[in-house]
Amino acid sequence: MLKDVTLGQYFPGNTIVHRLDPRTKLLMTLLYIVTLFLCKWFVSYGLMLAFLITAIVLSKIRPKALFKGLKPLIIIIVFTAVINLFYTDGRVLAQFWIFKITAEGVRNAFFLVLRIMMLVTGTFLLTYTTSPIALTDGLESLLSPLKKLRFPVHELAMMMSIALRFIPTLIEETDKIISAQKARGADFETGNIFRRAKALIPILVPLFVSAFRRADELATAMECRCYHGGEGRTKLKQLKYHTRDILGLLLALCLLAGVIVLRYFAL
Amino acid sequence: MGNAISVQELRFSYPSQSGEPPVLVFDGLNVNIEEGSFVAVLGHNGCGKSTLAKQCNAILLPEGGSVQVFGMDTRDEAQLLEIRRTVGMVFQNPDNQLVANVVEEDVAFAPENLGVPSEEIRRRVDDALKTVGMYDYRTHAPHLLSGGQKQRVAIAGVIAMQPRCIVLDEPTAMLDPIGREDVIRTIEKLNRENGITVILITHHMTEAVRADRVIVMSEGRILTDGTPKEVFTQVELLKSAGLDVPATTQIIYELNRADFDLPLDALSTEECAQALYDALKEVKA
Repeated sequence: MLKDVTLGQYFPGNTIVHRLDPRTKLLMTLLYIVTLFLCKWFVSYGLMLAFLITAIVLSKIRPKALFKGLKPLIIIIVFTAVINLFYTDGRVLAQFWIFKITAEGVRNAFFLVLRIMMLVTGTFLLTYTTSPIALTDGLESLLSPLKKLRFPVHELAMMMSIALRFIPTLIEETDKIISAQKARGADFETGNIFRRAKALIPILVPLFVSAFRRADELATAMECRCYHGGEGRTKLKQLKYHTRDILGLLLALCLLAGVIVLRYFAL
Repeated sequence: MGNAISVQELRFSYPSQSGEPPVLVFDGLNVNIEEGSFVAVLGHNGCGKSTLAKQCNAILLPEGGSVQVFGMDTRDEAQLLEIRRTVGMVFQNPDNQLVANVVEEDVAFAPENLGVPSEEIRRRVDDALKTVGMYDYRTHAPHLLSGGQKQRVAIAGVIAMQPRCIVLDEPTAMLDPIGREDVIRTIEKLNRENGITVILITHHMTEAVRADRVIVMSEGRILTDGTPKEVFTQVELLKSAGLDVPATTQIIYELNRADFDLPLDALSTEECAQALYDALKEVKA
C-alpha cells in the first residue's frame, strides 16, 4: 500500500534533458513557473505548451507517467475550475436558479486548469529527469551564496539527501510494523476516522523509536567516516556548466521575455 | 612489525542513567594488536567488545589509561580525523551506515569528507568497489541490494579512506549464510592482499577460526588470547563464559569424552573429517 509513493520519483535516462546540469534545470523550472503566471491568452499558453511538450518528447518520459502524477490533483483542479466557472462576473452565457455561467468564467476556468496542469507537469518533469542526489547537489550549489549570511546550506542539503536515502528504508519498516501489528490482531480498516487514527499509534510509536535509533547509529557511522561538517568537503561529481546549459537557460529567458511582450499585446 | 593498536590500563564506564551507578566496562584492560594481523574478538553480549571497538577510533575516549593508534593517542583532538581515517569501522546494520542513495556516492562519502580532489575520489571509489566485488553495482540504489552486498558497500566506503586498520563490529550478524561468506572472504582478502590490520568482532565461531589470533572477552577482561587452535581447545573455559565452540571442536570434544582420543585442535572441516576418518580406520583395524 505504501509502495506507490511517487514523490521524488526518478526515471533514469541519458537524454539531453537528463544530461542538463541540475542547476540549469532548477533555474529553468523556476523561470518556467514565473513565465506561466504571466501568460494571458492562447498565444502565450501555446508557446509554453510547445516548450513543455518539446521537453517531454526530448526527455523520453512516457506521458502516462506524467498523467499519473496529475491524478491526485484532480479534486483541486475540478474545484478551481468550478469556482472560476460560476463566480466570475461578466457577460452571462447561461443562467439557472442562482448559478450563472459567464464567458469570462469559462475563459478563466479553462486557463487556470491549463496553468495548474502545466505547472505540475513541468515540475514533475524536473524530478523525473533529475536524480535526487543531483537535485540536492544543485540546490546546495545554487544556494551557496547564502552561506555568507550563515544560512546552513550544506547541512540542509545533507539532511535532504539523508531523508531521501531513508525513505525506502522507512517505508519497508512501516510495512513490516503494519504486518506485525496485524498479526497481533490490530485492525486498521474498520471504524470511524478517530478509531482509525488511533489505530495508527501502534505503528507510529515503534517507527519513531527505530528511526531515532537509526539516526543515532548513522551519526556514529558518519563520524567514523570522518564527517565533520561541510568545511573542506570535496565532491565526487563536480557540477559543471556545458554549452547545452547556457542554451537551455537562454531559451527559458527568451520564453520569459516573449511572454512579457505578448502580455503587453494581451495575447 | 609494530602495534596497530595498543591499549594500556584502559578504564572506561558508561555514565549513569536515572540515578543508577555508572556501568564500569573496563578496569585496567591491556591488549596489543599487531600491525597486519587478523584478530577475532569473541565474547558474550555486554562483555565490552563493541565498547573496545569504539575506543579504537576515538568514538569513545578512555577515562584512565590510554589507547594508542599507530602511535597516536586517541585523546589528542588535533589528530582526531587522522585517527578515524587510519582506523575504519564497519557496523552491524548495513542500512544504518549507508549515507547516500547511490552506491558510488556512498563510497565517496569518506574521501569527500577528507577533502580529496575529485579525480582521486573517482579512482579510490572504483578501486574500493572492485576490491569488494561491487563495481558492477556502482550506480544502484543501496536499498535494492541484499544484506551482504550492502555490507560490502559499507566496507568499500571504509577502504576508500585508505585505512591501515579496519574494525568490524559483528558485520555478519544480520546476514544470510551466503552474504556472510562473501563478507568474510572480502575481509580475509583485505588482510592478506592489502595488508590491512583487521579486528573482527563476531558471534560466529566459524568466522573466528579463520583469524590469526582470537581474543575471548568476558566482563571487560580478556579471558584467553591466542591462535584459534590454542583458544578453542579450552572447551571448558569457553563454555563457562557462555560461549560456543566451533562445531568441529564440539564433535571431537564429545567423542573424546566418550573415550576416543582425537586431536582437539582439528579446527577446519577437512582436518576434523581426516581425524574422524583416521579414528574410524583404527577402530576397524
